[in-house]
Amino acid sequence: MRAYSRPTEFNWWLTNRTYFFFVVRELTSVLIAAYMVFLLVLLRRLAAGPEAYAAYLRFLGSPGMLLFHLAALAAALYHSITWFRLAPMAITLRVRGRRVPGATVVAANYAAWLVVSLVVAWIVLRS
Amino acid sequence: MVDVLRHDLLIIGGGAAGLRAATAAAQLHPRLNIAIVSKVYPMRSHTVSAEGGAGGVIKSNDSLDEHIQDTISGSDWLADQDAVELFVREAPAELLQLEHWGCPWSREPDGSVAVRPFGGMQKERTWFAADKTGFHLLHTLFQTSLQFSSIRRYDEWFATRLVVENGRCQGVVAIELRTGQIRLISAGAVILATGGAGRIFPFTTNGAICTGDGMALAYRAGVPLKDMEFVQYHPTGLPGTGILITEAARGEGGILVNKDGYRYLQDYGLGPPDPWPRLRAMELGPRDKLSQCFVYEMQKGRTIQGPYGDIVYLDVRHLGEKKINEKIPFVRELARKYVGIDPVHEPIPVRPVVHYMMGGVHTDAQGATPLPGLYAAGEAACVSINGANRLGSNSLSECLVFGARAGRAAAAFAREHPAADLAALEAQSRDEERRITTTVLRAEGTERVSTLRQEMQLAMESGCGIFRDEASLQETCNRLARARGRFMRLWLDDRSRVYNTELVAALELDFMLDAAEAVAYSALARTESRGSHQRTDHPQRDDARFLKHTLAYRTGGAPRVDYLDVAITRWPPAQRVYGG
Amino acid sequence: MMAEQTVAERTITLEVFRYRPEQESEPTFQTYEIPYREDWVVLDALNYIKDSVDGSLTYRWSCRMGVCGSCGMMVNGVPKLTCSTFLKDYYPHPIRIEPLANFPVARDLAIVLDDFMAKLVHVRPWIIRRQEEPLEAGEYRQTPEELDRYKHFSMCINCMLCYAACPIYGLEPEFVGPAAIALAQRYNLDSRDQGGRERMGILSTHEGIWACTLVGECTTVCPAEVDPAGAIQQAKLASALGWLRRVLVPWGNK
Repeated sequence: MRAYSRPTEFNWWLTNRTYFFFVVRELTSVLIAAYMVFLLVLLRRLAAGPEAYAAYLRFLGSPGMLLFHLAALAAALYHSITWFRLAPMAITLRVRGRRVPGATVVAANYAAWLVVSLVVAWIVLRS
Repeated sequence: MVDVLRHDLLIIGGGAAGLRAATAAAQLHPRLNIAIVSKVYPMRSHTVSAEGGAGGVIKSNDSLDEHIQDTISGSDWLADQDAVELFVREAPAELLQLEHWGCPWSREPDGSVAVRPFGGMQKERTWFAADKTGFHLLHTLFQTSLQFSSIRRYDEWFATRLVVENGRCQGVVAIELRTGQIRLISAGAVILATGGAGRIFPFTTNGAICTGDGMALAYRAGVPLKDMEFVQYHPTGLPGTGILITEAARGEGGILVNKDGYRYLQDYGLGPPDPWPRLRAMELGPRDKLSQCFVYEMQKGRTIQGPYGDIVYLDVRHLGEKKINEKIPFVRELARKYVGIDPVHEPIPVRPVVHYMMGGVHTDAQGATPLPGLYAAGEAACVSINGANRLGSNSLSECLVFGARAGRAAAAFAREHPAADLAALEAQSRDEERRITTTVLRAEGTERVSTLRQEMQLAMESGCGIFRDEASLQETCNRLARARGRFMRLWLDDRSRVYNTELVAALELDFMLDAAEAVAYSALARTESRGSHQRTDHPQRDDARFLKHTLAYRTGGAPRVDYLDVAITRWPPAQRVYGG
Repeated sequence: MMAEQTVAERTITLEVFRYRPEQESEPTFQTYEIPYREDWVVLDALNYIKDSVDGSLTYRWSCRMGVCGSCGMMVNGVPKLTCSTFLKDYYPHPIRIEPLANFPVARDLAIVLDDFMAKLVHVRPWIIRRQEEPLEAGEYRQTPEELDRYKHFSMCINCMLCYAACPIYGLEPEFVGPAAIALAQRYNLDSRDQGGRERMGILSTHEGIWACTLVGECTTVCPAEVDPAGAIQQAKLASALGWLRRVLVPWGNK
């Protein structure tokens, strides 16, 4: 028997909305990784002394870097929101024998996100 | 020269009966070399379509005797009572075995197995997995069978002939569909577990694969087919497609009404209608009677005319959405999808539909046929525990009980009779290859498979329906003989070897013509009315002449019909009483 | 009868993938114009072609009620059970029918299933117990709540639509895949089963649950509402928690 194998087309991710959003979500990690690199460099500069640190801050304030950070923020939001939307698949909670509805699981994720953000904001802003 | 495929035990068919036979044999004899030949992947087998449940005594308010009585009364006293007794005794353990293997039976709040009422029963005793019982049972059995390395599977191999040498069955010739190769598979014993033959009729709940293959294989090897005239019409099929709406819909409280919204069953000795639900009454009467009542209503002009023939309504609205979703979700899904109505809000249009063959390959209670080395189980076989009308929910249990019995008996036989006469078997295999290539794949012809199949189906519907008489049966026999003649002028569009489904369809048609002929001639010869076999020209049951099983033997022309006494032990023939 | 039909019988066009390994090395598309019926499903249309036009068209089907899992195909690029996909949802546009994506094609619309059958055995989809109770002791007790935990994963009909929808499986054929993992998880969650750890060892691998990057399309196309994507994510969570427990409480997990 000679079975015919169809190769996966390189544009497979453009054939279906879900695939497209999925690939975009995967790609957001590139921006987020890049952001982490800049953050690590920031720490290094900080250790190198106040001048190095100030110079790096100026670099970060350039329009190109601002644009990059906005893009990274958008990517992080996109990733988080689409990820939260999928959360009910992974988390099945039962309260008194009944499965907690997906919307509640999603809401709980957002609530946790909010709490963490508030804590971070408090730490950053209290000084 | 290709290798010979050799096994100790060969099972044809991978549905409930075949898989249970394989697992039973494998458990008992771990070193036995077992093979399953199936024309479809086992999880596609028609067991998958069974919905309502499987009967077995488990609850303390029930008793073995009541299950036996219900089965015998359902059978219109044509069941062998010794076989029914051991069936009823062994069914609960078989269902428990499935439970231990992981079948997701529906449960009571305390965690015990739940049961539901079914037609013709004095007690609730139908185990169920919502309303996909057959599906769960099949997948549980199949997945369980995967752990036995001694079970080799030939998936999508189509058996075309039994090889018989030295007076015993020693294997089969089969086509490997993906290559088109025709091969001999030899074995010490063979079990036919190929299911029913509903596709000999045009309007059936049966899947496309239910083409009576095993019945015809045995019939051609000289084994008689028993009680073939008894064809069960299920009272509630969807018009057009014939998709089954399970008896569980009525077991849970559904009612049947005519065009006036009237519960017509009360006019035919099944009433009174209230209180409802009530066991062994009204909509929980036996299937043969309910299907016959539909015809009476039609004759009175009280059914509703639809695009696919007359219908009545199955109304489950009063059960409420919650119970419908919980107990019969598949009914809701099927009705919405295939007739576009939601049973929560509207009644379901239904009509009787060919569902089950009570008849089949003649076997004893071990599944043994008169041909040494050949066994049969499940719908393909006729032990008989179903007689003239099968009690709803007995068929899944039957597959398990007699599948296991046949598996064990055939394994014992195979251990004593290793396949031997290979040269002779090879010669038969070459004969069979020649038959297929010269007669079925012949170089010229004019008849299409689909034309002949349709002609056979229409002939069966017109003569072998719910009510029969001599003239229409004779006409059906004549039409079938003509169709058989035309089969000799068959033409196939598909000339290739790889995955030739048209060739399979032609061979299936060949088998179906045999099964159809056995049904029609057996029905013609039985000049009485009993269970699902209703003769308008002989409306009474005639125990003096026909408390007997029909045995149809294949000949060159019309089948030879013979009779065999029914085993009666503790339950002498009586009137079937329902309702009250 | 014929006179009635002269009122211009409506037709619909089917573009069907053909591959006949004995005649051709590349597949082609064949166009059939056939009568259109409001209540026909795609499978009815294929049966019409096979019965009346071209007996060589090859595909699988049986129950025609959505439970045997034989008749999955790509309908306009989407994996569907053709027995429950109605022509009326596409009419009057043509319908393109192809074999399920990501599988080798044996012939026309029939795919090769060997890979899945091997993977199914691989995940050990049967009840594993340290000690089998005798049947005489009756059934294992299982409350409706316990049943409810795994029931939907047990509804898999092995129709392969999820594999056809999974781009990961298309790119990495070693991926155990949605249906097989869902079935493994079905047994993991069954209160009667004690083989969870054994199965987790098989699942918690690169070809197993960790190959899944949660596209979610398997769950979308599933005709039996199994939610294989959910099964995989739950297995990931269970595997991760199991790992944490072993790391944090090494003595408590013998």
